[in-house]
Amino acid sequence: MSLLTVDELTITFGGHGRKESRAVDGVSFEVDQGQVVGLVGESGCGKSVTSLALMGLLPHKGVKIGGRAAFDGTDLFTMSPSARRDLRGSQMAMIFQDPLSSLNPVVPVGVQVTEILERHRGMKGEAARKEAAHLLDRVGIPDPTRRLKEYPHQMSGGMRQRALIAMAVACAPSMLIADEPTTALDVTIQAQILELLKELVDQEGTALLMITHDLGVVAGLCDQVNVLYAGKVVESAGRRELFTHPTHPYAHGLLGSIPRLDAPRGEALKPIRGSINDRIAWADGCAFAPRCDRYELGCLTGTPPLTEPRATGHQVRCVHPVLDDAKAEEVPA
Amino acid sequence: MSLLELDGVKVHFPIKKGVLFDRTVGHVYAVDGISLKVEAGQTYGLVGESGCGKTTLGRSVLRLVDITEGSVVLDGTDLAKLPSEEMRRFRRRLQMVFQDPLGSLNPRQNIESILSEGMVAHGIGKDQEERREKIKSILDKVGLPSNALARYPHEFSGGQRQRIGIARALVLEPDVIICDEPVSALDVSVQAQVINLLEELQEELGLTYLVIAHDLAVVRHISDTIGVMYLGSLVEEAPSDALYAEPKHPYTKALMSAVPVPDPEVEDRRERILLIGDLPSPANPPSGCRFHTRCPWAQAERCGTERPELRDVGGGHRVACHYTEEIAAGTLKRTTGEVVPATREGVEDVPPTLPEQAEKAEAAVGKAEQAAKAVRADEVRATDEAEKSPDAGTTEKATAGTAKTDTEKADHVGKADVEKADKAEKADEAG
Repeated sequence: MSLLTVDELTITFGGHGRKESRAVDGVSFEVDQGQVVGLVGESGCGKSVTSLALMGLLPHKGVKIGGRAAFDGTDLFTMSPSARRDLRGSQMAMIFQDPLSSLNPVVPVGVQVTEILERHRGMKGEAARKEAAHLLDRVGIPDPTRRLKEYPHQMSGGMRQRALIAMAVACAPSMLIADEPTTALDVTIQAQILELLKELVDQEGTALLMITHDLGVVAGLCDQVNVLYAGKVVESAGRRELFTHPTHPYAHGLLGSIPRLDAPRGEALKPIRGSINDRIAWADGCAFAPRCDRYELGCLTGTPPLTEPRATGHQVRCVHPVLDDAKAEEVPA
Repeated sequence: MSLLELDGVKVHFPIKKGVLFDRTVGHVYAVDGISLKVEAGQTYGLVGESGCGKTTLGRSVLRLVDITEGSVVLDGTDLAKLPSEEMRRFRRRLQMVFQDPLGSLNPRQNIESILSEGMVAHGIGKDQEERREKIKSILDKVGLPSNALARYPHEFSGGQRQRIGIARALVLEPDVIICDEPVSALDVSVQAQVINLLEELQEELGLTYLVIAHDLAVVRHISDTIGVMYLGSLVEEAPSDALYAEPKHPYTKALMSAVPVPDPEVEDRRERILLIGDLPSPANPPSGCRFHTRCPWAQAERCGTERPELRDVGGGHRVACHYTEEIAAGTLKRTTGEVVPATREGVEDVPPTLPEQAEKAEAAVGKAEQAAKAVRADEVRATDEAEKSPDAGTTEKATAGTAKTDTEKADHVGKADVEKADKAEKADEAG
């Protein structure tokens, strides 16, 4: 039994006379204790909305959530709001992309960290302050007692992200959701933050749902990777399998379009043509078809199912998957 | 003679205080003595983290900010000393592509108006008809339809807007295009389109680029020469391949090691140098070598007092470090910082079960009774093979790569893996 099981999650915005738009369309995945699962995709693929829905942070009005998400056996979407609040922050916590806008600018960092300790662990006064200092120290903030009195604007970006992580791990949650935790940071700071997350997973056995657009980050961190496109998982595999045999044309194209530090220079990138705006509804066929090099008429007969064309445990949503690299080269661009 | 030469360029911004008197209480040393040469028809890439002054340097070349000291020589003319009216005319030859494609296009101007504005200012084309023809041919070059002329920026996607930005620079037929983070606002798949476009245009029109970006992989991909900036100065400069093959400055080493490579096979073999702390404030830069406060190899003497000059160490490789040779030779030991494997230790390395292997895996499940999950059994099999592979040498082609890295990993990972291997042996005996 997995710690977090997401089953056919569907998130729809709009309705009530407005045009409906489906941000997430039947996404399923599982996260185990001590496991890192990646949700990868470009902007607009529904990865952040998925994380917000799991944390219960989407507005009630104008959003329809379908499907099930069970955390430790309890259904997250049928839970009472107060039970949800107890769970959020203590057992499930989230790290956001932009640390400056996720911290309250007019409240010292110390107060924001102790707030969580008071709410979930019943700590008070000096004990809470001490614990807060200990937490900041643990995430590698030097001179934590002084830092507790500072406001978010007085800290650097990396420091703020560390403070945010300290808040997220304050109650030793069994599940962490990290939504692009390093996107706003410089690479050397990114390396520090990733190292911190790795330690959390390896030493505390925290389950981590890593949401990112950076396939490089995924390669060194995730056990299982789900690639999203237009709200659906198009490919799901173990990290090694995904990177050595990207089978969905989108995942294949994505890997071909990233300039690699270790690739020989002068080798042209193979971009995917068009942009995410060129897509069709999943109901009519494969949403990626308009941008796909392997497009054939068969691609337009309903949603392609998730199959395992290559290996077990490697799921691909494609009628004409890329089964070996040699074949992919033959297809004219 | 290089097309564009920067010599000792400094840009210092005064920090002012007080209401009545506007006293200058200090300076932000955004760019602090940079000399570099950009050859005609080539691409010079400037990398560095936020706050290192790379954008300010790019803007100073165009004199969009005032140069405090030094010279910027384009084709024999020192731009830093040009009167502003002449500089305005000179800007036709130096164009810029900005980072944020939406923010740098006027939302109330249509594309034709945006693209012809510069041409009117510089007196290119007799009438609008002639300009329109020119614009159409440029739009075609950057891959936009000619019906784009009457449309407005908001009607385009991010990648298309960046193409408009590039077209705006191209209509003036510049000698040098300064690209400030040209792709950082774009999605990966679109990013590749724009990078390829820049390369194609360079080949076709013989353009010279000065590319400013924070993404080392992007810069390496398009540049012939790369300069690495840290706190307002160049710490290393080298031909693109040499820089990647052998980064010499400690900062470049750390920067390179921090860039993740989207390939688990490579990541498993890499190590990261973790720097301590953050970038110091450019208003109060450290004495001596700017990097000595974070440098893993910093020494007690010299580093904190003497600022290293950029010196040639052979092969067009210039480094600003007192101890380059010692670090390269390994005689100097790291004093601070940490080196960690790039891959998470506990990462689950389940080798894929190919259809033809599935049968075998199932058999393995039957054998190892304790192994509850099929995946676990599969992992066991891989570790087992990894042990045999060096002498047996008959490992199946499909799993050879995986097995090999597993062995390498086992060397330094330690306990957890040793236990795993023990388990593997037991399971094998049981079977």
